[in-house]
Amino acid sequence: MGSATIRAVDGINLEVSAGGFVALLGASGSGKSSLLNLIAGLDSASSGSVIVNGQNLAGLSREGLAKYRRYTVGMVFQSFNLIPSMTVLENVELPLRFAEVERAKRGELARSALQKVGLTGRLEHRPIELSGGEQQRVAIARALINDPKILLADEPTGNLDSRTGTEVMDLIRSLNETLRMTVVLVTHERDLAEKYADRLIFMADGQVIGDQANSARAVAGAKS
Amino acid sequence: MKLYDSVELAARNLRESVLRNSLTTLGISVGVASLVAMLSLGIGLQQLASRRLQHSGLFDSIVVTSRRDLRFNREQEDSGPAPAESPDLNETARAKIERVNGVVEAYPDLRFITEVQFNDKPHLTMVAGMPMSSKDSDSFEGMQGKFFSSGNAHEAILQKSFAAELLGKSARVPDEINVAEVGGPLIGKQIVLRYEERQTTGGDPNSTSFSVISHELPLTIVGVTDLDPDAMRGARAHVFIPQQLIESMHPMQAYDMRGSNASPSSEPNYGTVIARISGAGKVEQVETAIKKLGFNTFSILDATKSMQRFFAILDLFLGIFGSLALTVASIGIINTLVMAILERRREIGIMKAVGASDSDVRGLFFAEAGAMGILGGIFGTALGWVIGRVINFGTNIYLHRQGFPPEHIWAVPVWLVAGATGFAFVVSLLSGLYPASRAAKLDPVQALRYE
Repeated sequence: MGSATIRAVDGINLEVSAGGFVALLGASGSGKSSLLNLIAGLDSASSGSVIVNGQNLAGLSREGLAKYRRYTVGMVFQSFNLIPSMTVLENVELPLRFAEVERAKRGELARSALQKVGLTGRLEHRPIELSGGEQQRVAIARALINDPKILLADEPTGNLDSRTGTEVMDLIRSLNETLRMTVVLVTHERDLAEKYADRLIFMADGQVIGDQANSARAVAGAKS
Repeated sequence: MKLYDSVELAARNLRESVLRNSLTTLGISVGVASLVAMLSLGIGLQQLASRRLQHSGLFDSIVVTSRRDLRFNREQEDSGPAPAESPDLNETARAKIERVNGVVEAYPDLRFITEVQFNDKPHLTMVAGMPMSSKDSDSFEGMQGKFFSSGNAHEAILQKSFAAELLGKSARVPDEINVAEVGGPLIGKQIVLRYEERQTTGGDPNSTSFSVISHELPLTIVGVTDLDPDAMRGARAHVFIPQQLIESMHPMQAYDMRGSNASPSSEPNYGTVIARISGAGKVEQVETAIKKLGFNTFSILDATKSMQRFFAILDLFLGIFGSLALTVASIGIINTLVMAILERRREIGIMKAVGASDSDVRGLFFAEAGAMGILGGIFGTALGWVIGRVINFGTNIYLHRQGFPPEHIWAVPVWLVAGATGFAFVVSLLSGLYPASRAAKLDPVQALRYE
């Protein structure tokens, strides 16, 4: 990268309330994914602080960040990021291994998480044998398995057709509503954000250029 | 992450690229095998050498000589009484030596050169006494016939080269003489031993004069020995008769003439007394005690010390050569794991995103390295064992062709099996050190971006 400093996210001051559904909108390179990675504890800010649940991520060790990722946040990616050599069940169980949950309990926990996302069959199949929508459901189940407070979704519908995308987004919103789970959605599709989020944050060049409550959401929510 | 989970995930990863990991494991196996084969050869040779020495009877015996006897006086002249004032090595001295703590028996080493008649033909040879306790010695392992029936039986055991000479088959390399071939026609036959008896004249105890009377003694050949029971002695005997018999014969000894000048005693002097010790470990202590009595001693202890040093160095060198292959194998592990990091970059990123800590990832790679190490160690030890067997088998075929009895030149003790497997495990973990810490430090954001 050379010696030039690139500020992916610069001078952002943002507060998200618990139980909210926030959409980060912007073109590629706007810094929205970088911001999400900071919230996810995958990256750390060179300055400033990220405070989640009263805990400053900047003050956490690598081990502390791993624990934070394990218990406080769940992540869903555009490319699903399932481990291809593992079955559906094993993929969902993976975070339980790191959380050192007893082996006997893992299967049951994984099945109930899969049930929440509407998957009951083909649990012994490999991800490659599933459709895109199903794979994303598995990924969401994996994100839910440790009962996180926050669900972080990075372009979750980017690799899905519009119908399946809608199904996945409906699922994420129902989790937001029923489990009171805070959702931060990164997307470049304004329609999608307007349909599901209750707050829209617009980003460009690593800075917030707009922040508005989304009145359209109530209508969309009523529709589905 | 619990160890069990690390191992399970590691096993899964190893199965995923089974060919590459098998080849890496094979590399470790070859390394361990070469180490095991080298060391087991060293250990086997050492065991062979010490077994030979132990059975030779010299390991647990001390050769005692008089200080007046200049044959052995090179080193010990300076300590203890001057040779002239030192005690005689006679029957009284022998009894004293036998009473030393740790001595099982002490007997004079009696031997003389004489004429043996067989089929009316004379043969010149050295005759020596052999105590009944020598029966267990390794020298009689491949013997034809049997050992003496009693301590004073009129029986003789022949060394096979002398047996061949009696049969007119001399002038051959001793190793080519088949003991069964020469033993068969001789056992049960008679030989006649001519010897000179030393007899003290008159009843005067202070008299130094003695007369020499010739005798002829018929002996039955009871055995023909393959090896040379006298191999470690200076003047080798080829005919052995029971110790009690030779003592009762009072044969004229070479040193009797010398003794006649120096010792004004009626008791005959012995040139050498052999003291047998109850265990090889007591040799040093008994030697000191006998030296205090005023005699010179010699034991094989010093020789075995330098032998042990030699084998320690041999083992070290064999071990270094064996380890070279293991070093190459450990580079193979590093290579395989570094490749695995590149291949599984994304997977590591995913694991970190769902909550894996640095130590979880590190543990996973360690488990993979360790699993390859243990598997390689086990296969390698087995392979080394097979290689050792093959070498041993081949050597024995060669020995057989050369007319030698088979030998165990190779030994795999339990500690070597455990040690080699453990060593392979440790070396693998060390090899995993760098890849594991590299994987642990992987930036999850970059790893996930990687397609």
